[in-house]
Amino acid sequence: MAEYRLTTPLDEAQVMALRAGDVVWVDGHIFGLRDATLIRMFDQGVPVPTDLTGAICLHTAPGVRQVGDRFVKVSIGTTTSTRMNRFTGPLLQLGVRAIAGKGGLLEDATRLLQQYRGVYLGLVGGTAAAETTQIEEIEAVWWTDLMPECLWKFRVKDFGPLIVGIDAYGNNLYLQTKAEALRRVQALGY
Amino acid sequence: MERGWPLEQYEAVTEAVAHLYVKALKDLPPDVRAALEAARSRESSGVGRTILQTIERNIAIADEQSLLICQDTGTPVYFVEVGEESGCNPIRLERAIREGTERATREHPLRSSVVSPISRQNRQTNTGYRVPVIHWEFVAGSPNVEILVIPKGSGSENMSYFRMLLPADGVAGVKRFVVESVVGSGGNPCPPVIVGVGLGGSADLCMLLAKKAIARPCGSINPDPEVAGLEQELLEAINQSGLGPMGLGGATTALAVHVEHAATHISQNPVAVNIQCWAARRGRLTIGPEGEMAIGY
Repeated sequence: MAEYRLTTPLDEAQVMALRAGDVVWVDGHIFGLRDATLIRMFDQGVPVPTDLTGAICLHTAPGVRQVGDRFVKVSIGTTTSTRMNRFTGPLLQLGVRAIAGKGGLLEDATRLLQQYRGVYLGLVGGTAAAETTQIEEIEAVWWTDLMPECLWKFRVKDFGPLIVGIDAYGNNLYLQTKAEALRRVQALGY
Repeated sequence: MERGWPLEQYEAVTEAVAHLYVKALKDLPPDVRAALEAARSRESSGVGRTILQTIERNIAIADEQSLLICQDTGTPVYFVEVGEESGCNPIRLERAIREGTERATREHPLRSSVVSPISRQNRQTNTGYRVPVIHWEFVAGSPNVEILVIPKGSGSENMSYFRMLLPADGVAGVKRFVVESVVGSGGNPCPPVIVGVGLGGSADLCMLLAKKAIARPCGSINPDPEVAGLEQELLEAINQSGLGPMGLGGATTALAVHVEHAATHISQNPVAVNIQCWAARRGRLTIGPEGEMAIGY
């Protein structure tokens, strides 16, 4: 369980150093998106309005307060990633290096992360108070008609802890833990 | 009492509900805090400890800086008890609860998490057609009105299960269904969770019982000893799985299992599972006969 501090954008070497179970803290930028954002990008084919090369994309929809034409953070946390599992490939094709969220991704996404040399970083779900204090500013927002499911750009400092749930070597801590847990309860007769 | 509530009383309730909703999102009940602390003290997995420490730090930050514990403002679910002698008009009370929810959303402001299931349109009010969800009970002889709010997070609500088992499946079938549902949900519902189980009734009542079960104080025990035994057995089995905090391995997958039951049909054996995340938010407003209000959990 090694601990790493990463600064974005991420390169291949930074990602390949990480192993499932490691803990990561992030400085730099994180892009926020979720269901409606990804549907617009990939099902509706609307061009992505910013460069996501080396990016960390976080599954989120923040609570915000509008001040003039800017948005100020109220509460920013994370949401369940498995709902967005099928968008993993298209995000990696755009150059995204890490997908962050909670709950993990499935088998096919694990293979894609290995193929594209990316990782999945697991936040502690429900800890928005802590995450909100680690987000310095909302720097940009696109597609405000999808509020709160817009595409967000956050500047972060000491963002974490993020647990490497899926590494670039095909190890998926979520699926391994769940399979073992199901084996145990079956052995108990359930 | 023949006299009804004066109109100002409904406005006062609207304001109190707005306050209650925000407070519930920020201040975790003491029973949940105690259960999380106990889970942290017995956790031996390194990742599990990191997660439970982060949860504890998050609760402290929410307290100190008056921040929301979780960004998911939830589906607003209310359990309302209207006393026979309270003089409360439930139609006006329903309106006050809806307006209070909308006021909290607008004035804090809160993220609106409620959309149309067809157009997916978000009114930015945290309300919509038939939402907030309000479950009514009428209490004979009572002079009080009690409003319990559960801002129900979706990570756990998406992990809801229902099955019409057969009478021949027995209680053994019920236990297997509950354990497999919870463990099979992995990290999605944000473990360590409170597991709500509905047993018996009709299909609709069974699911409602599971929701009532998660609304109980964490670790409370069903007064029926047979049901209490079932709660204890299910809790032990789920925790022996080792699924752990956030589904990444460890000693505590569930903080508690609560079971609520009802009589059922001779040909049925219904079981429902509703899961509450560790951020088990809950707020209670009690209104007495003179209009006096108290806020609790």
